[in-house]
Amino acid sequence: MSKINFLKPDKENLNTFLYLGSLLFFISVLDVFLNSFFNVNITGFLPTLLSFLIPLIIGFIGLHFIRIEHSGYKFLDSLNKNINTNSFNAILSLLIIFVIIKATPPILSWFFVDASFAGDSKDVCSGTGACWTYIKVWFNRFMYGMYPNAEQWRINLSFISLALLGSVGYFATEKFKKYLTLYYVVIYPFIAFLFIFFFISGGPVFFDFSYGIIAAVISIILGFFIPSRFKFYYFLIVPITLYIILKYFVFYEELIELGKLDGLNWVETGAWGGLSLTFIISFFCLIFCFPIGMAFALGRRSDLPLIRYISVGFIEFWRGVPLITVLFMSAVMFPMFLPEDFFIDKLVRAIIAISLFEAAYVAEVIRGGLQALPRGQYEAAKSLGMGYWKMHIFVILPQALKLVIPGIANTFLALVKDTPLIFVVGLLEIVGMLNLAKTNPEWLGFAMEGYVFAAIIFWIICYAMSKYSYNLEQKYKTER
Amino acid sequence: MNFKLQKIVPQLITVLAVVLVFGFFSYNAQVNMENRGIDFGYGFLSQESSFDVQFSLIEYDGSHSYFRAYLVGLLNTILVSVIGIIFATILGVIVGVARLSPNYLINKFAAFYVEFFRNIPLLLQIFFWYFAALRALPLPQDADAMFGVFFLTIKGLYVPAFVWENFNVFFYSIVAAIIAIVVIRIHARKVQETQGKQLPVLWISLGLIFILPLLSFVIGGVSLSFEIPKLKQLATTSFIYEGGVSLPPELIALTLSLALYTATFIAECVRAGIQGVGKGQKEAAASIGLNPNQVLKLVVMPQALRIIIPPTTNQYLNLTKNSSLAAAIAYPDLVLVFAGTALMQTGKAIEIVSITMLTYLSLSISISILMNWYNKKIAIKEK
Repeated sequence: MSKINFLKPDKENLNTFLYLGSLLFFISVLDVFLNSFFNVNITGFLPTLLSFLIPLIIGFIGLHFIRIEHSGYKFLDSLNKNINTNSFNAILSLLIIFVIIKATPPILSWFFVDASFAGDSKDVCSGTGACWTYIKVWFNRFMYGMYPNAEQWRINLSFISLALLGSVGYFATEKFKKYLTLYYVVIYPFIAFLFIFFFISGGPVFFDFSYGIIAAVISIILGFFIPSRFKFYYFLIVPITLYIILKYFVFYEELIELGKLDGLNWVETGAWGGLSLTFIISFFCLIFCFPIGMAFALGRRSDLPLIRYISVGFIEFWRGVPLITVLFMSAVMFPMFLPEDFFIDKLVRAIIAISLFEAAYVAEVIRGGLQALPRGQYEAAKSLGMGYWKMHIFVILPQALKLVIPGIANTFLALVKDTPLIFVVGLLEIVGMLNLAKTNPEWLGFAMEGYVFAAIIFWIICYAMSKYSYNLEQKYKTER
Repeated sequence: MNFKLQKIVPQLITVLAVVLVFGFFSYNAQVNMENRGIDFGYGFLSQESSFDVQFSLIEYDGSHSYFRAYLVGLLNTILVSVIGIIFATILGVIVGVARLSPNYLINKFAAFYVEFFRNIPLLLQIFFWYFAALRALPLPQDADAMFGVFFLTIKGLYVPAFVWENFNVFFYSIVAAIIAIVVIRIHARKVQETQGKQLPVLWISLGLIFILPLLSFVIGGVSLSFEIPKLKQLATTSFIYEGGVSLPPELIALTLSLALYTATFIAECVRAGIQGVGKGQKEAAASIGLNPNQVLKLVVMPQALRIIIPPTTNQYLNLTKNSSLAAAIAYPDLVLVFAGTALMQTGKAIEIVSITMLTYLSLSISISILMNWYNKKIAIKEK
C-alpha cells in the first residue's frame, strides 16, 4: 500500500478512497434525509451555521475522494462523468440532491398525506394539506361553467362524438385516405359547428343558418347534373339565390315556428364556461387562424404590391399589439362599428378576435417556411406550366408546411395558453371559474388548490401537444 | 394585355374589399355615435381625470389630466417590463447554459424548469403568485426582516430608500468612468490589432468603475444614507411600514411571473444559439492555441450572439406585451389605467382603445426596426 495523498485521490488506493468517499457522501445525504423527513438533526450540537453547512462540506469531500478516473468500476465512472466532473459540478450536484430531498416531504404532505379528499363541505378541510374536496365539489363548475347541471350530458355527448369523428383518420382505409384532407379541413369543422350550435347551445333548427345548409345541400346535389363548363357560374349564383328564395319566399314565420324542436333548452353562451369552453374556443380559433394565416403569408410573398402592403400591414398590426387590447377592442369598440340592430354574440366576437390575432403569428411562421424553400422549387413548378395556385397547392405549400411544423405547434400552444384572457369579454373558462369560486364566501381560502388543479390540467394539455408536434415533425421529416 | 389584367384585377378586388369593410365600419361608427350623442375627438386628454392611481412613478392625483394618467400607466408598464426583462435575461441565460451542462442533474433540473413553466398559461401563473403564494406572506407586524432591512409582507416588499447628497457628482463620476472605459477598450483593440499585445482591459475597467465613484465619496462630498422602513401602527390591528420604498404585491407578482415565464423561452434561445456554433469552430480555435476562456470569448460567443439576439429581442417584446395582463390583478399599467378606468369615465371607446393600441404598436415597430438594422449590421458578409 503506497502513501495516501488525500488531496489527490488516485487509483492505487482505490478501495480506501472509495469506501471513505462513499461513507462521507452517504452520511451527508442521510443527514439531510433525516432532517427533512423525520425532523431529526444529527449535527444539532454544532453551531447553527456549521450544522447547516456540514452536509455540504462532508458531501463535497466525499465526492472529491471518489473522483478517480478510469477506476474500472462502470458505475463509478459514469457517476463521475455525469455529476462529478470537477469541484464546481460536485457542489451543484450536491445542492440539487439536497433541494430535491428537502422539497419532497412538504410537497408530498401537501398533495397527499395531509390532504383531504372525502366529504363535500368545507369542514373536512382543516388540515395543513390541500383541500381536494373543494375541487371535487366545484368540479362541475370548473368543467362546464354555469351550464345547467341537468343539461351537461349534451356537452359530454358532443365532445365524445366529436372525438370519435376526429379519430376517423386512424381507421381510414387506403381508399378513403385521399379524402381525409377534405374531411378534416371542411367537413369536420362543419360537423363540429353543427354539434355546438344545435346541440350544446340548443339553437332553433330553423334559423338563418339552416336555410344556408338546405340551400347548400340542394345546390350540391343539383350540381352533379350540371355540365362542368358551367359549374363555376352555377356555384357562383345558385346557392345564394336559393338561400334568398328559401328565406324570403318559401318559409314563412309560421313554418319556422312549426319547425322548431322544443327538445333542447336554449343555453346562452354567457352560461358556457370551464374547461369545455377552453376546448371550444381553442378548437375554432385553431381552425380559423390557420387558413387566414396561410392567406396572409402568401399575400406577403406576392408579386402584387398592393396585396403585399395590405398583408404586411395586417400582420404587423396584430403582432404589434397585446391580445388583451384586441379583446378590449372586440368588447367595447367593435359593437360601435356594426349597425345598431346587428348583434354578434360575445363568444363569436372573442373567437374572431383571437383567430385574427393568432393568424398573424401563423402567417409569419408559414412565411418562414416559404422563404426557406430553394428557388429551384418555384422555378421547377413554373417550368412544368403550373399556375400560381397549382404551384402553391401541389409543390410549395406541402413542403413549406412540413418545414414549419414546430413553429405552427408553438403558435397553437400559445393560442391554448391565451384562452384564459377571454375574461376580458366576460366569458369564464377554467381560470375565470377558479377566480369566481375563490370569492365564494363559503369556500374562501382555497385559491392555491384551484390554481394548482388548473395548472396541472393546462400542463398536461400543452405538454401532450408539444410531444405530439415533435412526433409529427419526426414523421414528416424528409431528407433534403 | 391579358397578363396585365391578371395582375391588376386581384389587386383591385382586394383594395375594394378593404375599402368597403373600412367604409362600412366607419359609417356605422359615425351613425352610432350620432345616435348616442357621443362626439369624436381627443380633447378629453387635457380634461381633469378625477380618479386616483394607487401606484405611480410620477406625481399624480385626481386633479391631473387624462394625458397625465396615460403617462402614469405607460411608465408603470415600462417599469414592469424593464424589471422583468432584466430578471428574465439573467435567469434565462443561466438556465440556457445549464441545459448544455454535461452534469446530468443540472441538465435535467434546467429541462424540468423549462418544460414546467412554459406549459402553464402566464395568466394562471400571475394569479397563482398574486392570489395564492403572496397571500401566504405574513402581516406587516409579524414580518421578519431579511438582512435586517427588507420586509416582505402581504402588503408588499419594503426596501430601504437611498438618501443621496450631491447625487450629481456621483452620477458624473460614473459617466466619466464609463467614458474612460470605452476609450480604453478602443485603445486596447488598436494595440492588439497593431502590436498583438493584450491589455488587461477587464481589470482596468473594474478598477475605474469602482475607484472613480469612490473618489467622488471621498473628495466630491457625496454621501449616502439609507432610510430603513419602520413599522407604524395605524389602528389597533392595522400596521404599515413608513419610510423606504414600498413595492406593491401586484408589481412583485407580475414581475415574478413574467420573468419566470419568459426566462424559459430565453433559455431555449440561448441553448439554440450556443448549439448553433459548429463543433469545428471550437476545435479549430483550440487547435490554434486559444485557452477555453478565449475560445468562449473570441470564437463561440460572437457567433452565438448572432443567433441568440434576434429571437431574444422578440421575447423582450412579448414580455412587454404580456405585461398588459397586469389588468387582471389590478396593477395600474397602461391597459388598466387608460383602457380601463379612463375609458369607463369618458366612454370614448374608439379614441382610447386606438391610443392604447398605437402605443404598443409604435413600441414594437420601433424595436423591430432597430432589430432589422442590427441584424443587417452583424450579419456575416458572404462573398
